[in-house]
Amino acid sequence: MNIVVIVLVSTGLFFLGIGTLGLLRFPDFYSRAHATGKCDTLGMLLTLIGLTIYAWSLGWWLVGVKIMIIALFILLANPTAIHALTRAAFLAGVKPWTKKENPKQ
Amino acid sequence: MHDFWITVSIIIALFALISLYRGIAGPTLYDRIISVGIIGTKTVIILCLIGFFYGRPEMFIDISLVYALLNFVIALAIAKYIQNIHKV
Repeated sequence: MNIVVIVLVSTGLFFLGIGTLGLLRFPDFYSRAHATGKCDTLGMLLTLIGLTIYAWSLGWWLVGVKIMIIALFILLANPTAIHALTRAAFLAGVKPWTKKENPKQ
Repeated sequence: MHDFWITVSIIIALFALISLYRGIAGPTLYDRIISVGIIGTKTVIILCLIGFFYGRPEMFIDISLVYALLNFVIALAIAKYIQNIHKV
C-alpha cells in the first residue's frame, strides 16, 4: 500500500511544479490565472487523496475523513476564487495579450 | 516513509518561494493577489504533511482546514473590494 501512496503524492507534486512553471512563464494575467487555478487544484487533490489512503491504511479513519473534507472543499473553492479574481480584473479593464500587438513572441 | 514526507515538504516550500517572484515583479495588481493565494494553498498541503511527519496528524489537519477556509474568504473579499478600480 505504500507504493500507491508514494506514486499518488509524487504525481501531485509534479502537477504543482507544472503550475508554478506556468505562473512564471506565461505572458498575460488571464493565462497565468488559468494555469495556476487548474494545475494547483489538481495537484492538491492527488496529494490529499494519497494522504487519505495512507491514514486509512494505518487505522486512523477519522483523520482520513477530515482530509477528504479538506480536499472536497478546496476542489469547490479554488476555482470559484480564481473566477472572482478574473472577473474583477476584467471589470477593471485589464486587456488580454494578443498576437497582433506582440508579433515577436 | 518518514523521510519521504520531509522531502516532499521541502520541495513544495521551494515552489512556494518561486511563486513569490510573481508576487514581487507582477505587472498588475491581480498577479500579486493570485501569487499570495497560491502560497496559501501550498501551505495547506505542507501543514498536512508535517502532521504525518511528527506523528500526530489530528492537530495539524484541523489547523489546515481553518487556513483553507480563511484563504478562500480573503480572496473573495479582496476581489469584491477592488472591482471598480479603473487605473491598474
